Amino acid sequence: MSAVLDHPHGHDDHHDHHAPVGWRRWVFATNHKDIGTLYLLFSFTMLMVGGVLALLIRTELFQPGLQLVNPELFNQLTTMHGIIMVFGAIMPGFVGFANWMIPLQIGASDMAFARMNNFSFWLLIPAGLMVVSSFFMPGGAPAAGWTLYAPLTLQMGPSMDVGIFALHIMGASSIMGSINIIVTILNMRAPGMTLMKMPMFAWTWLITAYLLIAVMPVLAGAITMTLTDRHFGTSFFNPGGGGDPVMYQHIFWFFGHPEVYIMILPAFGIISQVVPAFARKRLFGYTSMVYATSSIAILSFVVWAHHMFTTGMPVTGQLFFMYATMLIAVPTAVKIFNWIATMWQGSMTFETPMLFAVGFIFVFTMGGFTGLILAMAPIDIQLQDTYYVVAHFHYVLVAGSLYAMFSGVYYWMPKWTGVMYNETRGKIHFWWSLIAFNVTFFPMHFLGLAGMPRRYADYPMQFADFNAVASVGAFFFGFAQVYFFLFVVLPCMRGKGEKAPQKPWEGAEGLEWEVPSPAPFHTFENPPKLDATASRVIG
Amino acid sequence: MNMMKSIQGKLGSVLTTALAWLGTAAFTLAHAVNDLPGGPAVNQLNLHPPVTRIAEEQAWLHWFMLIVCTVIFVAVFAVMFYSIWKHRKSVGHKAATFHESVTVEIIWTIIPFVIVILMALPATKVIVAMKDTTNADLTIKATGMQWKWGYDYIKGEGEGIGFLSALDRKQRAMSDAGGPKAGEVVDDYLLKVDNPLVVPVDKKVRIITTANDVIHSFMVPSFGIKQDAIPGFVRDTWFRAEKIGDYYGQCVELCGKEHAYMPIHVKVVSAQDYSTWVDGEMKKMAAKADDPSRVWTLDEIVARGEKVYTANCQACHQANGKGAGPIKPLDGAAVVLDADKTKQIAVLLNGQNNGAMPAWKQLSDTDIAAVISYTKNHWSNKTGQIVQPAEVQSARK
Repeated sequence: MSAVLDHPHGHDDHHDHHAPVGWRRWVFATNHKDIGTLYLLFSFTMLMVGGVLALLIRTELFQPGLQLVNPELFNQLTTMHGIIMVFGAIMPGFVGFANWMIPLQIGASDMAFARMNNFSFWLLIPAGLMVVSSFFMPGGAPAAGWTLYAPLTLQMGPSMDVGIFALHIMGASSIMGSINIIVTILNMRAPGMTLMKMPMFAWTWLITAYLLIAVMPVLAGAITMTLTDRHFGTSFFNPGGGGDPVMYQHIFWFFGHPEVYIMILPAFGIISQVVPAFARKRLFGYTSMVYATSSIAILSFVVWAHHMFTTGMPVTGQLFFMYATMLIAVPTAVKIFNWIATMWQGSMTFETPMLFAVGFIFVFTMGGFTGLILAMAPIDIQLQDTYYVVAHFHYVLVAGSLYAMFSGVYYWMPKWTGVMYNETRGKIHFWWSLIAFNVTFFPMHFLGLAGMPRRYADYPMQFADFNAVASVGAFFFGFAQVYFFLFVVLPCMRGKGEKAPQKPWEGAEGLEWEVPSPAPFHTFENPPKLDATASRVIG
Repeated sequence: MNMMKSIQGKLGSVLTTALAWLGTAAFTLAHAVNDLPGGPAVNQLNLHPPVTRIAEEQAWLHWFMLIVCTVIFVAVFAVMFYSIWKHRKSVGHKAATFHESVTVEIIWTIIPFVIVILMALPATKVIVAMKDTTNADLTIKATGMQWKWGYDYIKGEGEGIGFLSALDRKQRAMSDAGGPKAGEVVDDYLLKVDNPLVVPVDKKVRIITTANDVIHSFMVPSFGIKQDAIPGFVRDTWFRAEKIGDYYGQCVELCGKEHAYMPIHVKVVSAQDYSTWVDGEMKKMAAKADDPSRVWTLDEIVARGEKVYTANCQACHQANGKGAGPIKPLDGAAVVLDADKTKQIAVLLNGQNNGAMPAWKQLSDTDIAAVISYTKNHWSNKTGQIVQPAEVQSARK
């Protein structure tokens, strides 16, 4: 980013003379690299905000009894932590990666709709501000859980409406971003870059973008109905007027489950780029990876009610959703096997991106297995809405999505900033995060098995020790991310560090390594001529 | 804003406490607590000891899944770590070039597929058993309310019993005060209720759940049950507890600010103890109910009647008894002033004007007698007549 930040005119490129400078460069940004940077910084900011909320939660739970917050504020904290992390940190983070990397990977000059790209980013700012400021509104922030279940949402104060509006805006932003990604991938690939030669990251995002377009309107529908129930006398979900609160859950999870894959498929894409690069061996089973990703995406539409086993579904419903959910384990297992087969007989080195990738495979798989256990309806009856579920989704979202993003940041940072990150610091960040993460979330499995419900501001004394351990771990994990930003990212953004070569990774393949580091403001203005594998430019 | 300020202040004190604790290496061991039989054990690692067949099946399934998953996990990652160990550049390993094998792909698609089917089969029969709520010996309705549970014995021995069950108030106050003090041993912290749910051992108990306001969820881990209580809808689950004892659970669906403070306590007792308990409850209810043969004084019954009037009649007939529009006035009405009390009793029991005045026979004899006496002696009506419950009772026949 340094070179990009400081020298927008630094390349002998006549287009650059029109590039705006100063604040105009960012506010009027139409360059995919600038917008990617903005997305990534926004995402990290929200990660920190959501992280502070998480630490407030963990501080309250450090010991039994209420010490820090009242139960009402506690519910606001859990709710906003969820919303901010899902819609503010993880989703925009991956869009940032998509903006930066997809045009570079497919040999396109920019995203298809440059101005819409600007709009989809800048929509996030008011949305993010509204979400964060809801804490200061009368009655405080929404406190109905990030899932916003009716009819509890009907009891919320005015900040609920603000939250709904913010979610609408973020949804619009996501849909525009997705359309942009789909059109870019389908129309702007360099000649010779056929779909089945495209890098896995672009593939996973293509599929994710379709998922987003399919389900964001469903979320919008659910929260709009909540809004009209609150203010315009409708009774979609209000049992007082004959509405059905369970219908809300069906609609929400019809969005919510594909959403889970929206947050993990791009992560799979990043890992599928990083593992071959450091194994110095091509990705094993590229075709089956594409098919596995597509099957996960398709299956994700028919499993939503596994979030609702305790609502009292008929026996056939439970059976169907149990079987369908367990089926997802198959394509997911195929992906894990393929990554390991890629490593097999490779010539591996373990720079930080690879460490995070291996850490991802290892820890994400644990989350995958607890997912399989939760999918069994009879066991889920015991574990639903307990800390086991909290442990499970943090294993797949933190050790999954977030670790993949870290892996991607380390992998592509030299391309973005033109300097190498500090390898020792990267390794410290990895081990520190890995250990702190497990100290935080592993004990939660025990708490859940022992029956501690989630979203509890206070708990029976028997749960005290594991909660204390988790709280200590959480602080260590939080500090690790501050360290990451201050001592890894910031020096790179300032251009401090060893100058990065065009291709800093011996085994890396793909068009992003065919342009200089840092990537010039404009790349592939004329469609490049590619070799047979579509991974090298030959003139 | 005040909230934020108070957080800052409290955060400071919490950090100091935490540091002090770390300093003395006391940590949470400072909390003395024992296992709670039927509730959580200290640092419990697995599911509760099962007390029903379903919970036993769940515990078995969980062990089965845990073992299968661990074996797969260890096997898969043994391969990965072997590869990480052997196929490193630093030990001079050269990368192979293979990157595709349809056979291998097919094999490792089919194997997980077979494994998940094998996993799902034993679960299927448990689901079918869990869902079979027929032929219950006792049916109890559990109503979730912000923030307590209401229990109504609907069918079976004890039919008609109903009560509310809320967290012990002292424990709620203890929570606000920062939890049990050091040295204070509260094994049932946040699990103690005023009125536990009482059920007989070895009987199939069907729990019907519903809610008054928002969604709650009824959970008793030892029984392996968890069923959302949804306002406007009824759902059901069942258990057959095989051991006498106290069992604890908590509300598990976010239901507002006091979500953590609506525990569930189920007392499983022997058949004889259950009958004794039912008799006791029945006597208590009978004592509370009005005796229709009681003879009331004028003042007493008018005071009672005023309450009945406010609750049932005032909406139409108005507080001043003048009625409104098509609603007839009671103040000065012929039927009210009539010396023949049976006329007004008949109107209340049967309604009038094709139901424009509805029948109120669902009210108790005492209530009907009271409200009639009230109307006969209020506003400008000064008849001095008393209607006793016995008169209403005989008019019903």
